[in-house]
Amino acid sequence: MGPIATALAIMGGLGLFFGAVLAVAYRFLRVPEDPRLEAVENLLPATNCGACGSPGCHAFAERLLAGDAAPSGCTVSAPSAVEAIAELLGVDAGAADKRVARIHCAGDKGHAFQMAAYEGFESCRAASMVSAGGKACSWGCLGLADCQSACTFGAITMSPEGLPVVDPAKCTACGDCIDACPRDLITLVPVRQPLIVQCSAPLTGEDARMICRVACDACGRCVNDARPGLIQMRNGLPVIDYGDLGFTEPGPTLRCPTGAIQWVTAKQFTAEQEAKSHGRLG
Amino acid sequence: MSTLDTFRHGVHPHGHKEATKGLPTRRMPFVPRYVLPLNQHIGAPAKAVVKAGDKVIRGQLIAEPVGFVSSAIHAPVTGTVVAVAPRRHPDGKLVPAIEIETDPYADQALPRREPLDWRAMSPDEFVRSVQQAGIVGLGGAAFPSHVKYSIPEGKKATRLVLNGSECEPYLTCDHRTMLEHPDKVLRGAEILGQHLGVTETVVGIEKNKPDAVDALRAAAATGKWGGNIDVHPVEVKYPQGAEKLLIQALFQLEVPTGQLPLDLEMVVNNVGTSAAIADWFDHGIPLVERVVTVSGPGVARPANLIVPLGTPVIDVFEQCGGLLPEAEGVVMGGPMMGQPLGDLNVPVMKGTSGLLAFTKSELDRPTEHACVRCGRCLDACPYFLNPSRLARLARAERWAEMTDWHVMDCMECGACTFTCPSGIPIVQLIRVGKSVARQQRSKGK
Repeated sequence: MGPIATALAIMGGLGLFFGAVLAVAYRFLRVPEDPRLEAVENLLPATNCGACGSPGCHAFAERLLAGDAAPSGCTVSAPSAVEAIAELLGVDAGAADKRVARIHCAGDKGHAFQMAAYEGFESCRAASMVSAGGKACSWGCLGLADCQSACTFGAITMSPEGLPVVDPAKCTACGDCIDACPRDLITLVPVRQPLIVQCSAPLTGEDARMICRVACDACGRCVNDARPGLIQMRNGLPVIDYGDLGFTEPGPTLRCPTGAIQWVTAKQFTAEQEAKSHGRLG
Repeated sequence: MSTLDTFRHGVHPHGHKEATKGLPTRRMPFVPRYVLPLNQHIGAPAKAVVKAGDKVIRGQLIAEPVGFVSSAIHAPVTGTVVAVAPRRHPDGKLVPAIEIETDPYADQALPRREPLDWRAMSPDEFVRSVQQAGIVGLGGAAFPSHVKYSIPEGKKATRLVLNGSECEPYLTCDHRTMLEHPDKVLRGAEILGQHLGVTETVVGIEKNKPDAVDALRAAAATGKWGGNIDVHPVEVKYPQGAEKLLIQALFQLEVPTGQLPLDLEMVVNNVGTSAAIADWFDHGIPLVERVVTVSGPGVARPANLIVPLGTPVIDVFEQCGGLLPEAEGVVMGGPMMGQPLGDLNVPVMKGTSGLLAFTKSELDRPTEHACVRCGRCLDACPYFLNPSRLARLARAERWAEMTDWHVMDCMECGACTFTCPSGIPIVQLIRVGKSVARQQRSKGK
């Protein structure tokens, strides 16, 4: 036999041997997997955003099969996909309150006072470390779009006045923008409760009005005008109880002297929203 | 002198110290209004013990420390507390502060107190006494000094290092303190040395201050001050004044990452802090004022001033002939590590070593270009990090990897940005990464 034939025989022999090992392993070491897992995973959006609380869509599919989660836990999927998963698994889709990211600051270029210009590179986090970004308010939005770049779904756009505007239709409540904001201005709010406090400055009275025209000065009118217990004044700011969605109405916003508390049914900071706001100064 | 008297790497920025190094310190007159933020130091903010309307006298305790890593604050002036309310901090934020209106008819004399009997104090009493004096590191970081002086169980200090390496350009406040008060500096060292039980005191001074070296050597030669004092000139390089790098220069010893000079049986102390210690124990004077270098091309008459804490920055510049019309920006601290001010009504604080006014030509940032992989930042970094990689990771928001590349060892000296030919804001990017890492650590992720 020539050297070529020897080589072929050795390679072929090795191939046959490992093939046999794999065949045996496939037969005897096989881990049975629920065939529905793949089907469910195909129905999920494959964005791996983590909004459901699981580390990725595969992990959420496993939780669905185990019955630890309801299909509506995926806030990214369209309602039809949620229905399809519920039907496939023969479970109830469950009802989840849709939540969206809301910005708790309305201090844009026209309303918040500026003490200096920040000229470093465009990042809220970098700006917040240099003379507080030059903004008179130490708590307000810096407007350099860290949240916009963190958003996987393109749900955040910056308004011309320098505030992030969240599109509730696109927002999946994954929470990436919350971590990106160095001033912790973003929270997830159920859309069924349109009352939003658009200020995070813990200052009161004149101190608050000196730094921003739309700051909450902690006058407490919204607390008095709301159903008892719905709004509480804490640390110079009204805190809305979002666990209580029984009955909502825009009453508490009507007497707000600065427009810091708003009734927002769609996007924040839009022209229509501005027009609807009551009592805003300037 | 061997060539070893320095650390490895580092940069050589122009010193710009000529403007003020020959100017004796002058006392800043009292101004009508003082603001004292409660967080003047690293650690927990102090708690105000006065309220609006209270009369205070100069040197009176107005805020007490909360917890161990915290320091007291004293009234810099006799007058009336007008508010305990949010005021602008030099870092740009609104923070709780005590505002005092000066009594124009008061004599502003510090109450004369008997010298404290520090020899009779137990180590604990000594440490608490320094905390009550409100003494913090006057080199710029404002770390509460008493924390350094409390030696944990099982550790000891054999060497006291006095840091006279004022490596930031423009600043000359420590230089002037050493020249004008060498006895006070060494007296503080004697007190500290006795408390810590050290066998040797080493003063590290950069060679561009030969007069300070002579002054301290002359004072040491009188033999008035106890302890074994060695005045040791070191090379002129930035950031020689960082305590770990000063130790490297003086003893060729490296303080390992995550450890403190105390792990090498050393305590490092700024010379100004040492003088403050002497004032407290000999005369009962708490930290109510400090030396501030006012300099830079944007100020009319540069000066070294003794400024009461809480003096608005704008008033300090007025005292120096005001800002020139071409002045465009003001930095508190040194030009390398100081912070730009967004508002000139912020007060001078315990850590304010300098107030520098710059014109357009110094403030212009270079146009940024792509990294050319020249490696200069690696040769500049005194901690042997890879600044260029850290900057790229920060741009890509790969925060976890930055921690793997030891971003937390960075002291933000800015040597990398200084040396970068592509004008990349390296240290600024690294600071962003450090801030994210700290945030994630506090959230327990």
